[in-house]
Amino acid sequence: MSISRRKFIGWFGAASGALLVSGKARASGKEFKGFPKSNGVLHDTALCVGCRTCESACNKENKLGKPDKPFTDLTVLKEKRRTTNDAYTVVNKFETKKGVLFAKKQCNHCLEPACASVCFVKAFKKDKTGAVTYDADVCVGCRYCMVACPFDVPTYEYDDPFTPEVKKCTLCKPRIDAGKLPACVEGCPKDALIFGERKKLLKIARKRIEKHPERYEDHIYGEKEMGGTSWLYLSPAKFEEIDMREDLGSKSTPELTHGALAVVPMVVGLWPAFLTGMYAMTKRRQKIALDEKNEAVKVATETTKATADEALKEALKKAESAKEKAIDSAVKKALEEAKKSEDTEEEE
Amino acid sequence: MSDSTTQNRLLTPFNVVAGAIVIIGLILTFIRFTKGIGSVTNLNNNYPWGIWIGFDLMCGVALAAGGYVTSSAVYLFGMRKFHAAVRPAILTGFLGYLFVIIALFYDLGRPYRLPYPFAVSPGPTSMLFEVGLCVALYFHVLLLEFFPAVLEWLGLAKFRNMIHKLTIGLTIFGVVLSTLHQSSLGALFLIAPSKLHPLWYSQYIAVYFFVSSIAAGLSMVIFEGFLSHRYMHDKMDDVHLEETKEIPYSFGKAASLVLFAYFSIKIIGLIADNNWHYLTTPYGYWFLVEMLGFVALPGMLYAVGSRERNYTLIKIASVLAILGIVLNRLNVSVICFNWKLPLAQKYIPSLNEVGISVFMITCIILTYRFIANRMPVLYEHPDYKDSEH
Repeated sequence: MSISRRKFIGWFGAASGALLVSGKARASGKEFKGFPKSNGVLHDTALCVGCRTCESACNKENKLGKPDKPFTDLTVLKEKRRTTNDAYTVVNKFETKKGVLFAKKQCNHCLEPACASVCFVKAFKKDKTGAVTYDADVCVGCRYCMVACPFDVPTYEYDDPFTPEVKKCTLCKPRIDAGKLPACVEGCPKDALIFGERKKLLKIARKRIEKHPERYEDHIYGEKEMGGTSWLYLSPAKFEEIDMREDLGSKSTPELTHGALAVVPMVVGLWPAFLTGMYAMTKRRQKIALDEKNEAVKVATETTKATADEALKEALKKAESAKEKAIDSAVKKALEEAKKSEDTEEEE
Repeated sequence: MSDSTTQNRLLTPFNVVAGAIVIIGLILTFIRFTKGIGSVTNLNNNYPWGIWIGFDLMCGVALAAGGYVTSSAVYLFGMRKFHAAVRPAILTGFLGYLFVIIALFYDLGRPYRLPYPFAVSPGPTSMLFEVGLCVALYFHVLLLEFFPAVLEWLGLAKFRNMIHKLTIGLTIFGVVLSTLHQSSLGALFLIAPSKLHPLWYSQYIAVYFFVSSIAAGLSMVIFEGFLSHRYMHDKMDDVHLEETKEIPYSFGKAASLVLFAYFSIKIIGLIADNNWHYLTTPYGYWFLVEMLGFVALPGMLYAVGSRERNYTLIKIASVLAILGIVLNRLNVSVICFNWKLPLAQKYIPSLNEVGISVFMITCIILTYRFIANRMPVLYEHPDYKDSEH
């Protein structure tokens, strides 16, 4: 196969171009701080009374399944609940050092969502409204999003044999697009939920903490957690006490896998060269070994031959000299005998 | 076929048990695909991945590493005297991956969309995308690597020789792909530092998975060698018998080295994250069981066994090392995952889930036996005895 130089340079150019384009997103150490003017919700747990109106509004808006117990039944608050296929949001009750508190749980709509980062068909996307959307039309159902979500939010329709979907809060994106509030926010009778531009919500939250330092922990949950979330929380008690993990760190999820993903092209680039080199070295060693063997055989044959020749020569020489000696002695003997007979003749 | 000797040969205890498992497996398969994943598994919203991922996929891929380990040792690193071990290792590797993919069909919510990550909506930021792509490619590499055996069986010499020329290229490509997806299976969990116990979560987890896969591959070749010598001895030719005599000791020595290297990088991880204090907790004891009983111990037994040429020790070491890999993969993906969740909420696989996994293993063994009884795997085809590879 022959490759012209121009062709090769062309390929190389195309390959490096592709690399440049794909590398653009994370080049130059830029940090993603969310889409401008994107929305969020501020949940002030100090104001929440655990009435479950948000749960009921969510259920109605998303046409979810009927709950086991009606939303007016507050005994369910006794047990710790998580989101399910039929409850995109749940309110839990906590006994804390600062008294009884209620906290609402739903998708936090991360700025850089783990679910979107790990989805191998890009079913999850961070929308500019602030919502993390899910596209069931491409979902394969691997459930890696559920493994990755640090807040344990997405749920799955395990009992659907043919078209199961991942279920989670949509931030009521259709309502936001139509200029309305998310259903849970609209339903809240106590202003424990405020919908608005995330930046503004952060300011409001900060002001509340400054105004009532005795009432709030000095921590806006969601400002930094896992790279920041669109939902923000205020709490009178430590967040750990209301079952919100404080050990998540401020690194966004893509940063966790970025290193491992970055090694991949290096392996693809270097491994073939290394392995081909190993193969070439092995082959060369085998060739040298073979050559050496042949050489050794040759030398051995030659030496043997030489020794044999030598021995033969020696033997021949010996034979020669023996022959000569025999002739000599025979001649001598003959001469002597001749002389003897001459002598006797003379005596006679 | 109706004479009594044939019938007696078919009605061995192994075949009866295998047959029963296959029937149960088929029934469970029917339930799974008509009533959904929830009807046969104990999976829930906290545990989206159970043993079908933790065992069938994670362990399946690791234990199928014998293919790339053996072929690279023989073709790239010059250990040609073990040539006879390549085909059985490639066959097991191929079957391992085949059934990993089949098991995936059970676990995925919409298995019919398996090509979507490549054909419809690729999400290359996902570690799973990388795993999927490499596994898909490597499956075909193994298929091509095994193809000469099939073609020899079918008597298609020309085609066989054509594919045979690709051997070195395929081996190199196979090692590249294996390096990537073996390590990426570990890297899948980098995303969940808050869920996986710190003794198993590490920035080095990808390296851990890759290095331990080498030990898994070597151990599987040794263990399989033992099984096939025992049960398929009549299929082996003199070359195979002669060449495989040395394998337990050579591969055992290599496995011992790899296990000790693995042990030391695990300790380095422990030091790097300063996780010593976890060692005195229940999870810590469990970690020590894994590290001492199933990494250090087999490493030691391999070392002694290969030095003293003690086959029994090598066999024990291989079983321990294989169990160690299974334990590690299950620890990472199931047992030590969601470690903060109360014990009562932890996932325990259902009997039906285990049934499917056993069904998969049985299918692998049956397929291996079917192929090795027919194709030139454990012996060289007489027409190709003198070929290079």
